[in-house]
Amino acid sequence: MNTVESLAEGRSESASAGLVLRNIGKTYGMTTVLSGVNMAVHTGELVALLGENGAGKSTLSSIIAGINQSDPGGSMTWQGKPYAPQAPADALHAGIGLIHQEMRLLPELTIAENVFVGRLLMKGGRIDMAGMVERAQVQLRRLGLEVSATQKVGTLSVAAQQQVEIAKALTLNARLLILDEPTTALGERETDRLFEQIHRLKAQGVSFIYVSHRLAEIARIADRIVVLRDGVQVAFHDTAQISTGQLVREMVGRSVDRLFPSIPAPPENAPVALAVRHLHAPNGRFKDVSFEVREGEVLGFAGIVGAGRTELMRAIAGVDPIASGTIEIRGKQVAIRTPMDAIRERLVLVPDDRKALGVVLPHSIGDNMAYNNFDQVAPKGWLDPARTAAFAEKFIERLGVKGRHNHLAGSLSGGNQQKVVIAKWLARDPKVIILDEPTRGIDVGARAAIYEVIAALAATGMAVIVVSSDLDEVLGLAHRVVVLARGEARGTLTREEADPARVMELAVS
Amino acid sequence: MATTTNASANTRTDVASTPEGAVKRPHWARKLVDYGPEISLLVLCVALSILTDTFFSFRNLLNVLDQLTVLGIMALGMTAVIVIGGIDLSVGSVLALSMMVMGWLSNVVGVPMQLCIVAALAMGALCGLGSGLLITHARLPAFIATLATMSICRGLANMITDGSQIVGYADWFSAMSIRRHFGFLSVTVALFIVLTVIAAIFMKYRASGRALYAIGGSAEVARLAGIPVRKVTLAVYSMCGMLAGLAGVVMSTRLDSSQPTGGMGYELDTIAAVVIGGGSLSGGVGTIWGTLMGVLTIGVLRNGLNLLGVSPFVQQVVIGTVIVLAVAVDSNKRRIG
Repeated sequence: MNTVESLAEGRSESASAGLVLRNIGKTYGMTTVLSGVNMAVHTGELVALLGENGAGKSTLSSIIAGINQSDPGGSMTWQGKPYAPQAPADALHAGIGLIHQEMRLLPELTIAENVFVGRLLMKGGRIDMAGMVERAQVQLRRLGLEVSATQKVGTLSVAAQQQVEIAKALTLNARLLILDEPTTALGERETDRLFEQIHRLKAQGVSFIYVSHRLAEIARIADRIVVLRDGVQVAFHDTAQISTGQLVREMVGRSVDRLFPSIPAPPENAPVALAVRHLHAPNGRFKDVSFEVREGEVLGFAGIVGAGRTELMRAIAGVDPIASGTIEIRGKQVAIRTPMDAIRERLVLVPDDRKALGVVLPHSIGDNMAYNNFDQVAPKGWLDPARTAAFAEKFIERLGVKGRHNHLAGSLSGGNQQKVVIAKWLARDPKVIILDEPTRGIDVGARAAIYEVIAALAATGMAVIVVSSDLDEVLGLAHRVVVLARGEARGTLTREEADPARVMELAVS
Repeated sequence: MATTTNASANTRTDVASTPEGAVKRPHWARKLVDYGPEISLLVLCVALSILTDTFFSFRNLLNVLDQLTVLGIMALGMTAVIVIGGIDLSVGSVLALSMMVMGWLSNVVGVPMQLCIVAALAMGALCGLGSGLLITHARLPAFIATLATMSICRGLANMITDGSQIVGYADWFSAMSIRRHFGFLSVTVALFIVLTVIAAIFMKYRASGRALYAIGGSAEVARLAGIPVRKVTLAVYSMCGMLAGLAGVVMSTRLDSSQPTGGMGYELDTIAAVVIGGGSLSGGVGTIWGTLMGVLTIGVLRNGLNLLGVSPFVQQVVIGTVIVLAVAVDSNKRRIG
């Protein structure tokens, strides 16, 4: 009880008529994923929920949103009344909405239909399309979104789709929104816009629970912070002005003083591993891009979402076609038309969408490793299960993957999956490795491990390209940073020149 | 509080170190489910041996084998198609077209039978290639592409003789399914066994066979890994078509004739065999061994129900029920285990 009172400290009883959780826990079989959580969210405030993957954030969110139910012994009150949702509909009815990390919208329906799906407005026995469009449009305007409610959701950007989700919750008169990793797919500018909307809604008395890995964001928008670790509430702060170092220590239970390893700069005369000259995309997604990477160098690519970074990297790796321009590897011009061409030139891509493009989730680590490396595990085309297993184990050990060769890729955590993706490409002994969003959706502790891997690759003389929407990551790892905006390279900054302000200046130019 | 933290942390680590899907499955129920197709086939055989005095005889078991060669040969190709995440609805019609082409060339045009057999295989492969091209280049869904091929091939099969059958082949040709060498092995059964072994080895131990699982698991992951997804897809559908053509030849030897209505509805039996054997229509899962279990289950079931005098209508109901049971057990593996 103490915790709740101290959380509510300095506030009158009426101000705290938001959501209060008492002793919330959740056990699945033998596994306790959440225990003894006490927290309060007051009207019009934003509470940040921090923790590594598996800390219990999602479970807690789903209990509040009625998707799962708390173990007996826990209770919640909402707006002064007992609150025990048995289904998401109960939570929505009470005015609590959960905005998922992955959009749950129907792409072929209009914004208005998506907003009212499952509760279409009726008028005289027929669907009241005009009424739905009108009411959806009001919410879109409230969010400052300049689109027509009759537009199909599939044609919207990810950022706009997310705002449709928020609009949907608002038409249900939501008074508390749970945002689960809302900025994962957003660039800096879209993030700023989301934060403006959050501020506006807070002023109207809407409360938020904000789940995120991005500590810099928390400092900008949170009123208070709750930190979970291994299902237990380990810290709460009445202010968001807590040092990143302290929050990271609380989340991981150990000190991560230096998240980014120091990567020695390559010698001045290091040979150029990859040179890209005047590359154009057939669809104009990138234009006239030129850059070089030296052996042992880490080249970062920054830019807002939609700047064409992923498209550029896919084209270089032969996944998508290029319209014109040349690619040179170790001084020799090469024609890369298919992924196999790139692999033969020992240029590999670790793609941005790990689950869709990186690994086959329902297959084993060993099989996943083999798919990229048949020439090594199956000389003359004959596979030997023992050889495949030994091959996978070798790389599992080298990269410290927590798993065995016969474990399914889908059973691994995000960080370990990413290590498997990197491992299967390392086996090709690449000269150039492109990592697109290498730590997307990966928790803090596991990120450091991925950074160590990147440093180790560069140390062996590999040319490394890191594309990331996380500015700290690009600045922390790269020797030089190329900034893309609207498909064009706006400038290349050295590590000394590159600070967040200068990068953003170029990125939004 | 500190104790709670430690306890829950430990539980979590334990869970993480034995993830779902690891080979270590101590639970007996899980074992039972894993060998579901084998166990149910065994139970079926034992039950039929008790219920009838004719089922468990050398003669009858040879009959079962003879009867399932056509289905079995087609199911091999279908396994590869389903493993890459596709489906081929045209195999029954391709079988009919191939055997009509063979019969027409032999009995109307007068081409030597050996060449006619080759032509039947080529016809099947061509149909498969056509379906493949519709999928890889016209970007039709496999279901639609092969539905079209199914209709076209059935029509062509009927057009050749305006719907009438072609009867009477050389003695050596029909002997392939009748004469039992070493007292038990007909040429067609031997062919089926050899093809099954080759297919099983290919799917399990050849890199190009394993690549099919990568494509079915995720075509984009496979493409990024440098696997030529389109070429492989074309090859798989061509092979499936060719095996359907071969099944047509086998059916002709068994019937000593070519029927334009032959193989009607066989595509569904073939798909059922793969699915009973654990193949997943979402791709990336399925084995030749499993398919063999599926083929045997359907073959034994048909034979047994005939011996018991069950009407063909009831047989359809029974086979439908078996499909439901097999797939329900397979897709609920996690929950049951």
